[in-house]
Amino acid sequence: MEPAVDLCGAVALVGRFPALAGADLVIDPGEVVLLQGPNGAGKTTLLRCCAGLVPVIDGEARVLGCDLRTDRRRVRGRVGLLAHSSGLYDDLTVEDNLRFWGRAAGSDRADVEAALDRLGLAGRLRGVAVGRLSAGQRRRTSLAVLVARRPELWLLDEPHAGLDQAGRDLVDGLIRDASAAGVTVLLSSHELERAAAVAHRQVEVVGGHVREVGGESDVA
Amino acid sequence: MNDTTASKATRVLGAVTLAGIGLLVLFGLVISGPDGASVGVDANGAPTGQGEVVRIMYMHVPTALIAFLAFFVTVAGSVGYLLRRSEWWDLVAHASAELGAVLLFATLVTGALWGEPTWGTYWEWQDARLTTTAVLFFLVLGYLAVRRLPLERGRRSRLAAVVGLLLGPATIVCHYATTWWRTLHQGPTISRLDPQIEGTMLFSLMLGMGVFMALYAWLMLHRFRVLWLENRVEDLGLDLALAERRAEAGASGASTTGPSPTPATGPTPTGAAS
Amino acid sequence: MWRDARLVAAKDLRIEVRSRVALNQIAPFALLVLLLFAFALDSDRNVLRDATPGLFWVAVLLSTLLAVQRAFSLEAADGVRDALRLSGLHPAGIFLGKVASVAIQLVALELLLALGVLVLYDAPLTSPLLLGSTGLLATLGLAAVGCLYGVLAAGQRVAETILPLLLLPALAPLLLAATQAVAAASDGVASEGWRWLGLLALFAAAYLAAGVATFGILLDDG
Repeated sequence: MEPAVDLCGAVALVGRFPALAGADLVIDPGEVVLLQGPNGAGKTTLLRCCAGLVPVIDGEARVLGCDLRTDRRRVRGRVGLLAHSSGLYDDLTVEDNLRFWGRAAGSDRADVEAALDRLGLAGRLRGVAVGRLSAGQRRRTSLAVLVARRPELWLLDEPHAGLDQAGRDLVDGLIRDASAAGVTVLLSSHELERAAAVAHRQVEVVGGHVREVGGESDVA
Repeated sequence: MNDTTASKATRVLGAVTLAGIGLLVLFGLVISGPDGASVGVDANGAPTGQGEVVRIMYMHVPTALIAFLAFFVTVAGSVGYLLRRSEWWDLVAHASAELGAVLLFATLVTGALWGEPTWGTYWEWQDARLTTTAVLFFLVLGYLAVRRLPLERGRRSRLAAVVGLLLGPATIVCHYATTWWRTLHQGPTISRLDPQIEGTMLFSLMLGMGVFMALYAWLMLHRFRVLWLENRVEDLGLDLALAERRAEAGASGASTTGPSPTPATGPTPTGAAS
Repeated sequence: MWRDARLVAAKDLRIEVRSRVALNQIAPFALLVLLLFAFALDSDRNVLRDATPGLFWVAVLLSTLLAVQRAFSLEAADGVRDALRLSGLHPAGIFLGKVASVAIQLVALELLLALGVLVLYDAPLTSPLLLGSTGLLATLGLAAVGCLYGVLAAGQRVAETILPLLLLPALAPLLLAATQAVAAASDGVASEGWRWLGLLALFAAAYLAAGVATFGILLDDG
């Protein structure tokens, strides 16, 4: 079975800076992999690279079967990225945002409703403009968009950040359910204990390079 | 390695250009005669012409034509870059646009200077070519502004290529629009800018064309090379940054957390800095 | 692609309904421009009436600048641009959707300005078919050029200054053609007007095609 993510010596630039200077990473479908490492190591760039947003200028890089060096646009509709920014229209309501992004990805009403439900946004909050939400609620909305779009690969950049305890448990639950359904998840986090409990394995990102860190964890 | 962007080709071209300019000045200002016949016929039936003023033509027409050539090269370069994504096309488009902008400006200024004695005004809206040239000038300025955007090189080149590509149809449409505009409002006494040319005048004009062509080629070579060198410097900077980045990884590799089955330096990255 | 365009246009218009920027800010600006022209031209009724076609279209042009800036500042916020790139929407669809939304807002503005011009400049209103078609085609051209350069400028630090520099020279022939067409309509020389209309149609078609072809590149790399 072809790996969901297959990077070998990938080099990627952010501006003129080589944020990734030779990343090697292989992830099988359905795996949950945790990225850890210091700030500035290149974790965010790695995630954005897998999303097809950042050009790869050297090495090999294949995600979901698409070659990122020649054809990175094709992978985009199939991955979901949870970034530090919300990716939401502040003037529109939670529901409007979900409907728009969901329909753009080809999801139907049912998927949108299910996502709203799952993230606890189906009640009063659905009609609130995103600009009026608290940071945590906005994060949950972004997550809901991710879930509603039903991508094959989840790229989560510090998903626990900004969420309360309940929110963090929610994220863990989402990741477990997704993985069980065959979705591949790549996440970065500074909450190592919590994230390690959810991940199948961990890799360390340092200075634009990726290396395996031992320790298979007990994930159902 | 050269210390300058000069080469045998540019030295020859440079010499030819400079000599040519000298010749042009001679012919244009001295040897060829004043225009005696282009404007029309006056009250007594004798032909009247633009007189000495016509000499501006020897600079104005060539700069105009070469400017349009330069801009055409930019459009072609932009298309070439979008199709082939090779640096060569990109640099050609860029260098040509810069030269084109300078030439266009010269065209506009000489045109205005020529217009004042001929039309009685520095700017004649009814001359479609002048208006199109002015719009084109601003279009090229826009292109040059895009080239200066603070972006990563590949992105900036792609953006500039799209803008450059659009220059083509923009000018064609503008040309048609302004030409129709002129035919609509043909005033009663618009004297034409195009004098009758023959003999020494024709020769001087052809000489002017040749000289400016050589000037363009000469400056293009130099400018292209300078731009190319700028890119190489940037690449070197990148290699340096890559090496530093890897050193950073190697250094912290000595203190990895937990047991690690792979060696600290990891597999050798491809395309190592040379 | 068309489905995506409809989706994006609907989204943009919904945002406009919620935020009412075009209504509260751009429309007053447009009317203000008309007023300023009157001051500048010494409110000479004759001059204003004769110059109406040109003044009208200049006011529309300046409003287009604002409308396009607004349309793309929406997408510059908070990671939305990346989200758009990842969304699975066809870039040409996004382009057409944006063009549609900007065009609709501009048409509404033009109707308002037409009213303003009738009232303030005492302009005559003949050949409505020609006027209407001119308005629609010119608007389409304006929106197409605007969205093409708008996405390029969007998100740049110098967005506000580079957009006019790119947009206005490209729109010069459109301004000319639209003004001539409207002038011909009010002079009663409709046949001339239709010729200019042809140029407007060509203009709109060319820039729409260019946008459809290149929006993907511009969205990615701007």
